[in-house]
Amino acid sequence: MVVLELDRLSCHFELTPGFVDRVIKRKPPSYIKAVERLSIAIGEKEILGIAGESGCGKSTTCSMVSGLLDPTEGDIRFRGKSILGLRGDAIKDYRRSVQMIFQDPYESLNPRFRTVDIVAEGPRALELWDANEIEQRSLAMLDAVGLPSGKYAERFPHELSGGERQRVGIASALVMEPEVIIADEPLSMLDVSIRAGILDLLREMQAERGFSSLYVSHDLSILGNVADRLLIMYLGQAMEIGPAEEVIRNPKHPYTRALIGAVPIPDPRSRRAIPNIRGDISKPIDPPPGCRFAPRCPYADASCSNTFIEMETGAGTLHQAACHRLAEIDNAGS
Amino acid sequence: MTEINKDPLLSVRNLGVVYETSQGPVHAVTDVSFDVQENEVFGIAGESGCGKSTLIKALLRLLPDNGVATADRCDYRGSALMKMEGEAFRKEILWQEISMVPQSAMASFNPVYRVGDQVVESIQTHRKASRAEALERASELFDVVGLEPGLLKSYPHEFSGGMRQRAMIAMALSLDPGLIIMDEPTTGLDVLVQERILRRIREIRAELKSSIILITHDIAVIAEMSDRIAIMYGGEIMEQASTIELFENPHHPYTLGLKNAFPSITTMGTELISIPGSPPTLIGPVQSCPFAPRCPFDDAACHAANPAATEIAAGHVVRCVNYENSAQFRSLAKEKSTWLS
Amino acid sequence: MALREHYRIINSNKLSQFGFWVIILFTLVAIFAPWIAPHDPWEMTYDSNGNFASLRPPSWEFPMGTTHLGYDLFSQLILATRTTLLIGVVSGFISIVIGANVGLIAGYYGGKIDEVLMRITDILYGMPFLPFIIVLIALFGRQLEFIILAIVLIIWRTSARVIRAQAMSIKQRQYIQMAKARGASDLRIIYRHILPNVLPLLLLYAAFNIAWSIITEASASFLGFGDGETVSWGGMLYELWLSGKTRVAWWWFASPSVCIILLVTSLVFVSRAYEEVANPRLRKR
Repeated sequence: MVVLELDRLSCHFELTPGFVDRVIKRKPPSYIKAVERLSIAIGEKEILGIAGESGCGKSTTCSMVSGLLDPTEGDIRFRGKSILGLRGDAIKDYRRSVQMIFQDPYESLNPRFRTVDIVAEGPRALELWDANEIEQRSLAMLDAVGLPSGKYAERFPHELSGGERQRVGIASALVMEPEVIIADEPLSMLDVSIRAGILDLLREMQAERGFSSLYVSHDLSILGNVADRLLIMYLGQAMEIGPAEEVIRNPKHPYTRALIGAVPIPDPRSRRAIPNIRGDISKPIDPPPGCRFAPRCPYADASCSNTFIEMETGAGTLHQAACHRLAEIDNAGS
Repeated sequence: MTEINKDPLLSVRNLGVVYETSQGPVHAVTDVSFDVQENEVFGIAGESGCGKSTLIKALLRLLPDNGVATADRCDYRGSALMKMEGEAFRKEILWQEISMVPQSAMASFNPVYRVGDQVVESIQTHRKASRAEALERASELFDVVGLEPGLLKSYPHEFSGGMRQRAMIAMALSLDPGLIIMDEPTTGLDVLVQERILRRIREIRAELKSSIILITHDIAVIAEMSDRIAIMYGGEIMEQASTIELFENPHHPYTLGLKNAFPSITTMGTELISIPGSPPTLIGPVQSCPFAPRCPFDDAACHAANPAATEIAAGHVVRCVNYENSAQFRSLAKEKSTWLS
Repeated sequence: MALREHYRIINSNKLSQFGFWVIILFTLVAIFAPWIAPHDPWEMTYDSNGNFASLRPPSWEFPMGTTHLGYDLFSQLILATRTTLLIGVVSGFISIVIGANVGLIAGYYGGKIDEVLMRITDILYGMPFLPFIIVLIALFGRQLEFIILAIVLIIWRTSARVIRAQAMSIKQRQYIQMAKARGASDLRIIYRHILPNVLPLLLLYAAFNIAWSIITEASASFLGFGDGETVSWGGMLYELWLSGKTRVAWWWFASPSVCIILLVTSLVFVSRAYEEVANPRLRKR
C-alpha cells in the first residue's frame, strides 16, 4: 500500500544571467537542475533512507514533499491523489499528514515561543481542534517525547540543550498525527552520545503510531542502522536503491561503492577499500543529459553521459543501480 | 606520569583554564596532562563543551581577555610556552613551530582578498621573503595539499568546502612547523572529500614528519588517523592511551559509552545506546568526577572528589576511581538497560 | 517581553538609567503641566515690587527668567514640555506603526510588493522636509495635526528600511520554514512568528523615532512653522529670535535648548540599551 509517491519529480532553478550576458551576448539562462526525474514510492510503516553528499538534491526533495517548494516537473501523490495545485482544505489535510523534522535544533525553534506553544503551533495554525484540546494534546506530546510537561512546557528554547530541542521539534511534528514524517538530517547537529536516544525515540514513535518515514542523511552508518530501504542520490539523480543492509554490504553502483569505501570505521584494526574516483563534486548547473556521475566514474565510457537510467523504485524490495555497465564493472574485478 | 620517550615534542602537565564570566568562574579545562612525541598523531576526542577548543586556544595563547591559563609545564622542544614574552611567542612559535587549521575554514579566509595573497601574507609575516619567493612557496604548498597552483589567484568564495580546507592546511604548513593542531578538520565535509583530505594529511605527515594534534568528535576519524588518543569530558582527560590499546582495553565508562553510541558501517545490526543526560556546566572548580551524574557505575567516591589520573599500564592513563572493575563495566556497558537506569 | 526584561535592559548601564529617569521626569512634568506652571505663558508678569518683569535673568521669583514681554519662561517651559512630548510621542508612535508594517510586509513578501513599497519609501527619502511642511501649512494652516502628519511622513522611512532588512533575514531562518511546514498562513507567520523577533529592533526605533520627532518639531517651530496656538521649546527659541534679544538674554536661549538636548540624549541612552538586545554581539560577556 503506497502512501507517498514521487513521480519523475524534477526541480530546476533558473539562473538569470547578468544584463550584459543576457541582452548583448544573448546568453540563454542557465539552470541548476537540483533534482532530476526522481521517482520513489514509500509504503506503509516503511523507513526509506536517502543518502548522498551535498548538492545531491536530498534537501530539495524534502522541501518539495513538505510543500515548501514547488517542483518544476513531475508529480507528488499522497495516497494516490496528486498534491500539486491543491488549495484550501485539501492542502491543509496534506500539510497535516506529511510533516517535517528539521536538522538544526538551534535554528528550527522560534526563540520567542515557549515550548508548549511551539508544539501547539501546527494544530493552531491549521485549526485542528479547539484551544483546550490543542493544549492538552501538546502537553501530552511533550511527555511522550521524554520531556515531562510540568518541567518543560513553559521553557524557552535557549533554556534547552540540543537534544531537548530536537525532541521539541519531533513533538511539534508528531502532535499533528501525520502519516509520513520527513526527517532532514535530524541527528547531525547533536552530540554523538545523545544521537542514539533521539533515534530510539523516533523508532519508538514509529512503532506506536505507524507512520512512514523519509529519512535523509549523509551519514551512511546511521542509515544502515535505521532504514528499511536506502536510496543513493548524486547531483539530483537516483543512483541506487534497495534494502538498506544490501546496499551497504553489496553496493552495485560505482558511486555507492566509493561512498561506502570512504566511510571511516571506528576501529583502528580494520581496513577499508580506498575509493578511486577523481575530481570534485560540482554543482548541477546545466549538466549533461545522461548519468551525472560519468565525469568522475572510473568505469565510464562514451555513452554514459548520454544515457540516463530510470530505476524501478516502487515499494518492492528490488536492489538496483542506475548504471548500464554493471556487468563490465563486476568483470573488472573491483 | 612516566615519559614514554625522553624528549617529547610537546609536554603538558596540569594545564587548567578558567574563564571569568558574569555567572562565575568557568573551569573550562582542568588538570590536563599529555605528551606529543615527534612524528606522532595525537587525537583528542570529545563532544561539545568538553574543553577541547579552549585547550587549543590555551596552547596557542589565543585565549580571550577573560580566560586565564595555568600549567605546571607547557614545553615545546624544551621552551616553556607560557613563560615566553608575547612578542617572542608570536614571532618564533606561532605559525613557525606550532600552527593551526581552525574549525571552519569558511570563516577563516578574508573574502575580499585572493587566497594566494593571504597565504603569501602569512609567510611574509614570519619570514623575510620577497613576494616572488613567497608565491613560489605557496605554489609548492598547494601542490602538497593537492590543489592546482593556478587557484592561488582565486577568491575564497570560488573554492568549495573541501578546497578551502585544503588551502587552510597549506597555510598551516607554510613555515614547516613541528606541530600542527587541526580542529575538526573534516567536520561538515562530504564523506568522499573527507576521505581525500584525511588521506592527504597522512601523506603529508609521512613526508614532512610533523606531529599533529587532531581534535574531533568523530570517533571513526580519530580511530583511523591517530597513534594515541585522549578522551576529554567536562574539561578533563578521562582516558588516554595508544589507539589500539584504547579500543581493545577501554577502561573509563565514558569511553565505553562513546563506543556504544557510535554506529559503524560494518556492524549495522547492533543497537545504538546513548548516554542519557547532558554535559556539565563547568561553573566553579571541579569537586567530583564530571561524568558521575551520567555514569551508570557511579558510587559515593565518585561524587566526593575529583578522581586522580592513574597510570594503569605503560602509556595508558585513566581518571576513574573504579578502574579496577573495568572488565565488569565492559560487559555491563554493552547492555542497554545499564545506561537507562 | 516581560516587564522584568525591560527593567533589566534599562538598568544595564548608568547612562540608560539616567536617561530613563529624565524621561520619567519630563513625562510627569508634561502630565501635570497646568498645575505646576505658576503663570500663564502669555501673561505679562510683574515682580514683587510691582515692576514690569521684562527680560529678567533667572531669580527666585522667575526661575528661568522672563522674556522681553514679561512672559515667565519657567511656565512656558513646563507647558511646552507637554506640547513637545505630545507631538514627539504621537508622531513617533504613528511612524513606527507605519514603518514596522511596511517593513514586515515588504521584507516577507519580497518581489513586486517589496519593490512598490520600497519605491514609495525612496520617493519620500528624496522629499525635503522644509518645503513639504511649508506647502502643507500654506494649504491647510498652522495646525497641530498637520505638523504631526508632516513629521510622520518623513520619519517612518528609516524604521521601515531597517525592519524590512531584519524581516528578510528572519524569513530565512529555519523556524519560519518550520512554521510554514506546520501550516501557518502568511499573515500568521508575519505577525505571530516574525514580529516578536523584530520587537527589540522595533522598540529601539520607536525610541529613535520619538527623539527624531522632537528634534524635527523643534526645528520646524524654530523656523516659524510650528503651531501658533501652543508653546513649544522650538517655538520659544523662535520667539527669542524674533525679539532680537538673542545676544542679551542667555537664559531665554539656555532653558529650551538644554531641555531639547537632555530629552533627546536620554532617549538615545535608553534606546542604546535596547540595541544590545537587538544586536546580541554588543552584549558584555
